[in-house]
Amino acid sequence: MDIQDLELAASEMREDIISMIAKAGSGHPGGSLSATDILCALYLGGVMDISAADAQSPTRDRFILSKGHAAPALYAVLAQAGFLPREELLSLRQIGSRLQGHPDMRLLPGVEASTGSLGQGLSIACGIALGLRLDGISSTVFTLMGDGECQEGQVWEAAMFAAHQGLDSVVAIVDHNGLQIDGKIQDVCSPESITEKFQAFGWSTSEVDGHSIPLLIEALKAAKEEHAGRPKLIVANTVKGKGVSFMEDQAGWHGKAPNPDETKVALDEIRVQRAERGLA
Amino acid sequence: MIRFASEEERASKLATRAAYGPTLIELADAGLPVVAVDADLTGSTTIAKFAASSPENAKRVFNAGIAEQNMTDVAAGLALTGKIAFTGSFAVFGCGRAYDQIRNTICYANLNVKICPTHAGISVGPDGGTHQMLEDIALMRALPNMRVLVPADHSAARAALKLAAKTSGPVYVRMGRASVPCVYASDVELEIGRAYVLREGTDVTIIACGVEIKEAMEAADMLAAEGISAEVIDAFSVKPLDAETIIASASKTGCVVVAEEHSVMGGLGDAVSQCLVRNHPVPCEFVGMDDRFGKSGAFEELMSMFSLNAKTIAKAARAAMDRKLSA
Repeated sequence: MDIQDLELAASEMREDIISMIAKAGSGHPGGSLSATDILCALYLGGVMDISAADAQSPTRDRFILSKGHAAPALYAVLAQAGFLPREELLSLRQIGSRLQGHPDMRLLPGVEASTGSLGQGLSIACGIALGLRLDGISSTVFTLMGDGECQEGQVWEAAMFAAHQGLDSVVAIVDHNGLQIDGKIQDVCSPESITEKFQAFGWSTSEVDGHSIPLLIEALKAAKEEHAGRPKLIVANTVKGKGVSFMEDQAGWHGKAPNPDETKVALDEIRVQRAERGLA
Repeated sequence: MIRFASEEERASKLATRAAYGPTLIELADAGLPVVAVDADLTGSTTIAKFAASSPENAKRVFNAGIAEQNMTDVAAGLALTGKIAFTGSFAVFGCGRAYDQIRNTICYANLNVKICPTHAGISVGPDGGTHQMLEDIALMRALPNMRVLVPADHSAARAALKLAAKTSGPVYVRMGRASVPCVYASDVELEIGRAYVLREGTDVTIIACGVEIKEAMEAADMLAAEGISAEVIDAFSVKPLDAETIIASASKTGCVVVAEEHSVMGGLGDAVSQCLVRNHPVPCEFVGMDDRFGKSGAFEELMSMFSLNAKTIAKAARAAMDRKLSA
């Protein structure tokens, strides 16, 4: 995919995220929209070695959505990558759906671990990386965490462990949108500076504009290719609710579905942006 | 047929925890992809023996340091790559502190992780109440997909660990620090979902697990001296419970005592009473930790202090029989 195609895919993902959360009547739009471009770059930008046709390949790269509440973004990108039909996205959170409120690996191919309780994805990624190392497989294990999630103590247990084990197949990405349910992360209980904390734990770190798909691809590929005996962190600076102006940078849109009027405004805005950028 | 300990084996006392590392060596030797994640207790849990057994096995042991939450999810990740992942620690940390990880990451996804604390119950002894886990059976048996095994002796612990490795999905193996006499032959093979009649009787059924088996057997001797015939059942598999064996025994004797080194809430006693209330209600008495925490002391002293010993079981058996006879 070229950059135009990727930006079109990201735009469609945003459309899907709004539509599915609106249909469900509940869900987490803010953190799904902030993570959209990151997931688009990872899955569709040639970073991860995965294939829907061979979803259980032992040598595939892995992705763990540690911030499980961004499930709509994961489902949207898995649909783009061919793991499920796009129409199925509208079953989000409905009875009998494969698309649970938080990702369930037993229901949907492409979901590598069931997540939802925050702070656990990095530990799971470390375990997978150790298992692959024992098997002599050099796949990369990516995980996406929230910046608020870094308040969980287990994140730092895992940060210490990954560095101690020299797990340079682990790439952790932090969706740094600066907000959590109760407000700004620095007002609630600041985890900053996340970059410096990971550096102090012995990680290789970088920061990137989390809404620039070309820059994300560059940063993710660089992290994937770096093998210096250290795990790698990418802090992706993002905007919560990105792409829907009335949701942008608003903590109130962390876990609330738009009503029908808001949904129409949001979808119109996403489509207008797409047309203006000549994407479709 | 289940083989019981010989005279010689019965004389030897071993802690159930002592089976942990050595059994993992056996499993690895048998070609199973076992790995162990520990939290700074490799000596106490005996995982150090597994690590020391060969350079290959050393690579299968990961020390998370004092970080049980990470330990548990690292094991989950290892299981996601096809490994049979074991975690060990004191039960209060490996099960209590990591409950959310066990629930949401391991049991929810039915991952192949074996939670094998080597120090459960008041048999931890002098370390005191903070370290004496008495709620773990309740926590673990309430989790979907989890099986709960409580070995009575070293041989049963070895059998339980082998069963855990060979059974897909989460298994909890509750071991302890106290040395207890062997009940089973050293090479015994047990089954998940089975309880074992250790001594046949007709007047009262004593159902126990773990270190309480020793007490139950002594209680049966005391009762025999009074002319009371007690049946003793080892509820090795607390979940799934062997309803058939328990109902058959309760039908025969007409009254039951349940004994466990665990809170009277949520453990074996609740499992047995739920089974009997549904299928064959009989008078039941419960020997376990009342609604309280443990204390420092020697194991035997604590068993007496908290009314968990043979004397208490015998008393409960008489009470159950009185209720049966007056009904």
